[in-house]
Amino acid sequence: MSAYQNLEQMKGDFYTQKFEAGKQDGTLIINLGPQHPSTHGVLRVVVEVDGEYIVRAEPVLGYLHRMHEKMGETQTWGGYIPNMGRVDYGHAMAWNWAYVGAVEKLMGIEVPERAEYLRVIMTEFNRLTSHLLWWGAYILDLGAFTPILYAFEDREMILDILQRPTASRLTYSNFRVGGVQMDMDDKCIELIKAFIPHFRERLPMYRDLVTDNLILRRRIEGVGIMDQDMCRRYGCTGPVVRGAGIPYDLRKDEPYSVYDRFDFDIPTQDSACSAGRYHVRLDEMEQSMRIIEQALEQLDSAEGGHIIKKAPKPAMKPPVGEAYFAVEGGRGKIGVYVVSDGTKVPYRVKLRAPGFSNLSAFAEAATGTILADAIAILGSLDLIIPEIDR
Amino acid sequence: MNVFLQNLIPLIIALIGAMIWLAFNALILVYCERKFAGHIQRRPGPFEVGPHGILQPLIDGVKLMGKQLVRPDNADPVLYWLAPILSMLPVLLLYMPIPYGPVLTGMEVNLGLLLILAFSSFNGLAVILAGWASNNKWGVLGAARAVSQTVAYEIPLLLTVLTISFMTGTLNLTEITALQAGHIGHWFIWKQPLAFLVFLIAMFGETNRAPFDLAEAESELTAGFHTEYSSMGFGLFFMAEYGYMVVMCSLCTVLFLGGFHGPIPGVEGWWWMLAKTYGLLFVMIWARWTFPRVRFDQLLNINWKWLLPLATFNLLATALIIKL
Repeated sequence: MSAYQNLEQMKGDFYTQKFEAGKQDGTLIINLGPQHPSTHGVLRVVVEVDGEYIVRAEPVLGYLHRMHEKMGETQTWGGYIPNMGRVDYGHAMAWNWAYVGAVEKLMGIEVPERAEYLRVIMTEFNRLTSHLLWWGAYILDLGAFTPILYAFEDREMILDILQRPTASRLTYSNFRVGGVQMDMDDKCIELIKAFIPHFRERLPMYRDLVTDNLILRRRIEGVGIMDQDMCRRYGCTGPVVRGAGIPYDLRKDEPYSVYDRFDFDIPTQDSACSAGRYHVRLDEMEQSMRIIEQALEQLDSAEGGHIIKKAPKPAMKPPVGEAYFAVEGGRGKIGVYVVSDGTKVPYRVKLRAPGFSNLSAFAEAATGTILADAIAILGSLDLIIPEIDR
Repeated sequence: MNVFLQNLIPLIIALIGAMIWLAFNALILVYCERKFAGHIQRRPGPFEVGPHGILQPLIDGVKLMGKQLVRPDNADPVLYWLAPILSMLPVLLLYMPIPYGPVLTGMEVNLGLLLILAFSSFNGLAVILAGWASNNKWGVLGAARAVSQTVAYEIPLLLTVLTISFMTGTLNLTEITALQAGHIGHWFIWKQPLAFLVFLIAMFGETNRAPFDLAEAESELTAGFHTEYSSMGFGLFFMAEYGYMVVMCSLCTVLFLGGFHGPIPGVEGWWWMLAKTYGLLFVMIWARWTFPRVRFDQLLNINWKWLLPLATFNLLATALIIKL
């Protein structure tokens, strides 16, 4: 058979053909996505089901590939910053931070203290919006529509806060190499002070309304076990690994910026199931508020009071070398590795997305469960597809 | 005029009445559902078309009818189009034996209860056909779920209905209503609270409503059996669902809540029937916008492990008490 004929045979969908090769008798191969409502965008998961039971599952990526890493090698160091917000629309600030952090490390730039505090406050608020979005969407996956609208109500309040220093509401790009673009004004501080007591009242309401609901508990408790061993094998991070009982959080373990000055806990759960991951995220929202409160108190005493080290030139040229910087994002460890050859365009940009590792564990966790559980597991991983399929 | 024509003319009038009632209900319920959801979810709900958005359901209907009817490749053309019609048609018959008021009964049938139970199973058949004929794997999964769900939930429903007919000794809904005349204490809900509870839960399962809407679970099965239906193909399923909801709530009212009789002696009328039916419908709408969806095995467990034994126990206890 010639190579051409071989190609002819492989025509059509490569992944489906590869997957179908191992098909058992009497099973059905179905596609979850790329347009499926519960895949949060354009993730495709090929699933082999025997009745309702999942025999095999395989996530297929590539439907949203926007070449973020390649684009990093074609734009200037500063010009690439807006791309970071597009990588993860859920927690854009953390991505911004990881990138500018890497460049700062490469150039040996010290960030003013006030800017560090501002970064912390904004990133923690962004973590809150990320978790709120996940919370609503997850319950939506499980068949209840109402909670997402309540979550959006609170999320909008945070977006009003973040809009003032960042001038945008979703894909933020206000972090600069050497500091931040704009300071928080009095109105912004006022909004923050009004929001925190409000949200402290809302969180117990979420628990009463949703978390304690018997149907929800039956849907998530004991479903999708991803234990410590499994998390290590796949390199899971973030709430997934903390839901399995490992208190791994970069903010505590490898403190960056001014995180070592705050008193906060790393919530963990031992159940390693979807419910564990669920509770970790809800607890994290409380911890984020603690951090914000403390950062706000210390903000005014920050040295210098300026928010950016001498603004770098638009076409900056970092010295030849490489740097890696990682921060704790809403979904786990966000890492950016940059290589400079001394020109105004990065030689190489490599992004370490937590969602990708977390998703890798899905196939194993979902095998043997039923279709509805697969949705519950997929949702509990808090996937943002552009981040995975970057 | 011969006897056949004498019976036929009222039947046709009743059928037309049922059609109007069905269409009216679908319109009202769509509006109620959206408004109610709006209040639960702290958003305005329909507000744009007409005062307080009351013309919204009409506009929705026009929009739905204006869409293209699409049939997927290799779908069975006959069965594919038969399914929505089959889902819709029996609903009309279901309205016939229900006494809506002292003189407002479509058709006096001695076996009214049996007729409703028999014809309500048609919905399951329509759902299976729709799923199977769609040439879509999600549709097939939805259909498979629908079969087990419909079969499962019909049994406790039937058993609870049997308790009432044991007590009253009739299957005629008008007679059952008449036996509950007088004051609120005569309603069968007091004598059969367990049956009422089982009926209420089974009603959700039988009408495919959340949290038991597993056959059309959009987050799991994309849309289940009606994934491939557009325009009025989907519209008919939608109307049928609301039709079944109204029928089941009317039946629940007739069996347990005294039908068209008011809570105090001498007060009766169709408005009581309407108020009670809509009260139950609002419970269904409220549940839909509040609870997450159960898992399919849990749904069947609720039925086989709880509802069925409870209904059987209730039936045996009732039979024993009557015998004694």
